[in-house]
Amino acid sequence: MGDDDQQHGGYQIDLGNLTAFDPHHQFSSVPDSREDLVKECIAHGTKLIQAVADALFNLPSTEDASGPIVSLPPPSTKLPREKPLPKPKPPTKWEVFAKKKGIQNRKKDKLVYDEQTSSWKRRHGYDRVNDDNDIPIIEAKMTDEPGVDPFAKRRSEKKQRVDKQEKNCLHNLKEASKVGALPSHVQLAATALPITGTQAAPRKVSKDELQNVAGMAATSTASGGKFDKKLAGEKPPKHDKKYRKFLPVVEGSGMGSLEKQQSDKILNKLMSKNSHEIFNVGKAVDMYNAKSDKKRRNQQGKSSSTSSKLKVKNSPYKNKPTKKSSTKGKSK
Amino acid sequence: MNTFHLSNSASCLLEVVVLPFFRFFAFHLGLIIEYYIMLHIKTPKSLRAKRAVEKRAPKLVENGKTTLILHGTKTSNVLNDVLTEIYHLKKDNSVKYSRRNDNIRPFESGGETSLEFYSLKTDCSLFVFGSHSKKRPDNLVIGRTYDHHIYDLVEVGVENFKSMKSCSYDKKIAPLIGSKPFFAFIGEGFENVEELKHLKEVLLDLFRGQVVSNLNLAGLDRVYVCTAMSSTKVLFTLCALRLKKSGTTVPRVELVEVGPSMDFVVRRHRLPDESLKKEAMKIAPELIKKKEKNVSKDAIEGKIGKIYVPDQQVGNASLPFTPKGVKRERREAKAKGEDNKHAEKKQKQHDDVSA
Repeated sequence: MGDDDQQHGGYQIDLGNLTAFDPHHQFSSVPDSREDLVKECIAHGTKLIQAVADALFNLPSTEDASGPIVSLPPPSTKLPREKPLPKPKPPTKWEVFAKKKGIQNRKKDKLVYDEQTSSWKRRHGYDRVNDDNDIPIIEAKMTDEPGVDPFAKRRSEKKQRVDKQEKNCLHNLKEASKVGALPSHVQLAATALPITGTQAAPRKVSKDELQNVAGMAATSTASGGKFDKKLAGEKPPKHDKKYRKFLPVVEGSGMGSLEKQQSDKILNKLMSKNSHEIFNVGKAVDMYNAKSDKKRRNQQGKSSSTSSKLKVKNSPYKNKPTKKSSTKGKSK
Repeated sequence: MNTFHLSNSASCLLEVVVLPFFRFFAFHLGLIIEYYIMLHIKTPKSLRAKRAVEKRAPKLVENGKTTLILHGTKTSNVLNDVLTEIYHLKKDNSVKYSRRNDNIRPFESGGETSLEFYSLKTDCSLFVFGSHSKKRPDNLVIGRTYDHHIYDLVEVGVENFKSMKSCSYDKKIAPLIGSKPFFAFIGEGFENVEELKHLKEVLLDLFRGQVVSNLNLAGLDRVYVCTAMSSTKVLFTLCALRLKKSGTTVPRVELVEVGPSMDFVVRRHRLPDESLKKEAMKIAPELIKKKEKNVSKDAIEGKIGKIYVPDQQVGNASLPFTPKGVKRERREAKAKGEDNKHAEKKQKQHDDVSA
């Protein structure tokens, strides 16, 4: 802005922001008293503002009741935006099709003349032209099947059209959101979270559980989570105050005799490791019988000739994906 | 699983997880489970909510910036006064929080989350954060946000504060709220010293109000005067404007000190990232005025346009299609036909006569 500098006495003027900047001023000696300093600053400021006012009042102005109105030029100092630029939204499916076919958009009138009642009715809304519900008689055509209710058919067709339209609308919004150009008042939200193999919705974790998670995970570390860095809110691993459990000194010899249980447990462990004769005959017989019964039943049921290799094996570990009722396009 | 958050302005009401309509494959114990993630459209149910959301949405031409004024753990009397005065100066486009905020530390990496949340909640893109400590007495951090994330920060200390109430002036010239201010920046420091350059930009952004294209000259009444006294100190004061009659159409300007005056001592500052700065300074291509080609304005002759006439190729010029050739043939044929008719008639008469 060299011209401006010379014109306005060496100041940089930004009319759009009503700013004057004097880059050449130096304080050779700061005045001692504050008042003098302030006075000097204001005096200098006056000069600058006079320069801006010169430029401002020389702009072409229009007279108005409240005063002269000038049209300011856009500001020359660039300042950053506060929000990102909105992205242009991608054309919708219909727009793409219309462009390809050369279909022009025609404005429709709000009122349409209805021949039946010979009056002007509105196109959409209450008491509209060509309302589906108002048709009293539908003539049967040769192509009509006998058992089909034409009114119900019309209703279901309309419903299909509406569903298709909603599906297209959702698709268009998704395309827009991919680019980042979703209209500002619209949000896309997930209605259902994915279902896991156990067919149960994941349980929402409570605040207490989250606080204890770190503690639970800590037990898997070698040092018991003593040196783990914890985030704010995570609690240390829980344990009883006691690390060792001692049996009571005096105790009855009833059912819950702890000392007896303790010694029994140890004995059984030792005996089972070293003994080969421990074999539950009864249980083994039952298991064998059950297995053979099942095999016989399966062989009787399936009289197919395909070899077992080609048959689909029912593995007990596989979960078959079951189709849930589709909620596509249904708004809440 | 791909989760990405929409830009904050689109999802200010709720945290939104956008999962496009795709099949999600998971390999779990050697099998494939297909997930269908259903999406539905959420729109505001009342017009009022819709208007609120649209107000906060990113636009080509933006609304004026609003300011959030808050303070930290400890403030001094001086700082309290400064904050209230700034709030009064910008009454129509600022929000003042009165409670103290212990967890806000703008210059630390984790300490700005609260600020960003408040910025999102109140839709403010500027903030003034005051705090007082032994190391940094009477500290003001002026910052800007871009897309509700911290864009840049300037930390200044306030000294020699003189409030509005202590200035005595004629009440009639007191500046009104919402008037567009003049700015006067004095001093070479504002050009040479980086911190002061940054401070100049931030002060301009803070106090300039809305960008307007039409201005009523009768409503101009305030001037902010900023003087760079040294490479670290800036004297900031607000003056009322008086326009006095002068001989010409341009009135004589007179400044009267009215408002708060304080010294800013620049302490720290943080400039924005280069890439972020580039993105924030982008101007929409629609707003850039296209230069009209081949048109120029002359003081004497007015508006002049240039027309470029291409070379005329006489040899290859296409002649107009007038089938004169056909017409001539027809004319000649017609003329010949007339003669024959005359000859026939004459012969007939002769025959009649003879017969």
